[in-house]
Amino acid sequence: MKLKLTFWKVIFCLIMAMGLYSVFVRFYYGIGAVSNMSDKFPWGIWIGFDVLCGVMLAAGAFIVTGAVYLLNIQRLHAIARPAVLTAFLGYCLVIVGLMFDLGRPWFIWHQLIYMNPHSVMFEVGFCVMFYTTVLMFEFSTAVLERFNLVTPLKWVKAALIPLVIMGILLSTLHQSSLGTLYLIMPTKLNPFWYSPALPFFFFISAIAVGLAMTIFESSLSSRVFGRQLELPVVVELGGALYVTLWVYALLRFEDYFHRGQLGNILRPSYEAYFLWVELLLALVIPLIILSFRKGRLSGFWLYVASCSTLLGFVTNRLNVSITGFETWAGHHYYPRWTEASITAMIIAMGFFIFSLAVKYLPIFEDEHHAPAPDLPTLELAETPDPLQQSTLVN
Amino acid sequence: MSKAILYDATQCIGCKQCEGACAQQNELPYDDKIAAESVQSEHKFTVVLANDDKFMRRLCMHCKEPACASVCPVGALHKTAEGPVVYDVYKCIGCRYCMVACAFSQPKYEWGKLNPRVRKCIMCPDRVKAGRPTACAEICPTGATKFGDREALIADAKDRLRQNPGNYINHIYGLEEVGGTSVLILSAVPVESYGYPASAKLGETPMPDYTFRVLSKIPDFVPLWVLVLGGVYWITHRREEVALAEASEHGGQQGGTK
Repeated sequence: MKLKLTFWKVIFCLIMAMGLYSVFVRFYYGIGAVSNMSDKFPWGIWIGFDVLCGVMLAAGAFIVTGAVYLLNIQRLHAIARPAVLTAFLGYCLVIVGLMFDLGRPWFIWHQLIYMNPHSVMFEVGFCVMFYTTVLMFEFSTAVLERFNLVTPLKWVKAALIPLVIMGILLSTLHQSSLGTLYLIMPTKLNPFWYSPALPFFFFISAIAVGLAMTIFESSLSSRVFGRQLELPVVVELGGALYVTLWVYALLRFEDYFHRGQLGNILRPSYEAYFLWVELLLALVIPLIILSFRKGRLSGFWLYVASCSTLLGFVTNRLNVSITGFETWAGHHYYPRWTEASITAMIIAMGFFIFSLAVKYLPIFEDEHHAPAPDLPTLELAETPDPLQQSTLVN
Repeated sequence: MSKAILYDATQCIGCKQCEGACAQQNELPYDDKIAAESVQSEHKFTVVLANDDKFMRRLCMHCKEPACASVCPVGALHKTAEGPVVYDVYKCIGCRYCMVACAFSQPKYEWGKLNPRVRKCIMCPDRVKAGRPTACAEICPTGATKFGDREALIADAKDRLRQNPGNYINHIYGLEEVGGTSVLILSAVPVESYGYPASAKLGETPMPDYTFRVLSKIPDFVPLWVLVLGGVYWITHRREEVALAEASEHGGQQGGTK
């Protein structure tokens, strides 16, 4: 265990060192020196991954808080706080990422005074700003509890329902608006990804990814922090993921059908290969796994399905923001190592701060069922009948 | 009245004086090396492309409804009443959405600078405001680049098409494309062969409309969605209250909740 920890520490330090070098290059020689972005490719992975994927991967909070506080599904209460932490961290890191991507980050506050309501970017910027504030309040309960600050805690708890509703509203708006960003480029973006329905696709896939991310996180933290996997919770999320993926798949199919693209997406081409990888990971693999009862009820298979979903939709966002423009630009973009190292640094920071928060703040609820720390928790599903277990817990 | 530029490629001799005048006007470097560059960049707002004995200029089209201005979160780009689409560098935050959104890919970036600007042809707004032609139109020795009122230039272009139909493709590029632009192009060969997007692909819908169709729904959507979310909360929690009240009323008789 000790060896493993040092291994990860070494990796972390390496990533941070490379990242900090690139940060220096970025702020000493400019964006051109650190990235492969150019006039042909003005947006690279800092937008495609750090912003589009970052916001998408942080979608868990609005779904879980909505389920717990609005739909009143109390079974999911245990995962609300980890989901809010992930989202709060995620949005903070998106903003950190923007500091490198924006040409003049020191003027980011111009958003507040020079407003252009016709700009989707303005709407996204505003929603992200407000939502990060909402998440800060939602997350503050953990900090206030930790330091026993009863009075402010009472205030935040009194405002919790409006905060949750606000969070869902802002999430709906900006998750879909990230798709709306691309609506203005019908001539540039490949028809595999350009669709008038992009806002819907972005929103529904954010729900799928939010669910998948929560499954992924629960499974991973149960392994890393030696906690027992809350299988009934994960099973419930898996069911929701299954339905969401079907809705998404159906809409994508309808879209290709109505735009007459069904033949094109089957014909091999540079873009088609990327599309196939995307659809395979985001839809085919998880839907096959989840269509089996065993897949829906097993912690391991739900973990696999969620990983596949996450990779698939990350591919989707990169396809929309990068692959889809390559033919038009007549240029292949791939990130320079310094560019990628800044992204890697941001991800590493995310993992590091998450583990710190879990260590020092009351993120996970005390386990109400008997802890089984020595068990390889992910295989737990194989032993007792999970359905029976879930009824027992409730 | 809104001003425009009419560029007649059949009259262009490829002397590149417009490039030099543009550089001078915008205080950009210009020498033989830059003159030989065939791409637009942060230091070259307009370029004369050659294909055998045929020439074609590229420059910002100054759309009537510019995508760049509509996407800019801080409104650093805007269309002036006189026609030019201009850039206020002091507002810019450097998100580069204008570059991604422009169908003609006109905005270029100072990638090597620490406080980079978006650079593009701004149609000499000071000259235009003062009633003078743009630098490129003023210097053009053959009249291939002509400056004037948009309506008058359209009439002129139509005349040329009518009088010398054999010289031209029968189309004014920029008349209807993306809802009309303030740069109009007449040519003997398809403009696509010089990197311009094809008219059929561009369509006549102004690009901002694609976004606005969605964006304009938001003011209606917000109160509705809040109402639905609040309603869901009210229903689920009301159910719980009712169940609790019933349970306490009936005591132990019925036990369960409905």
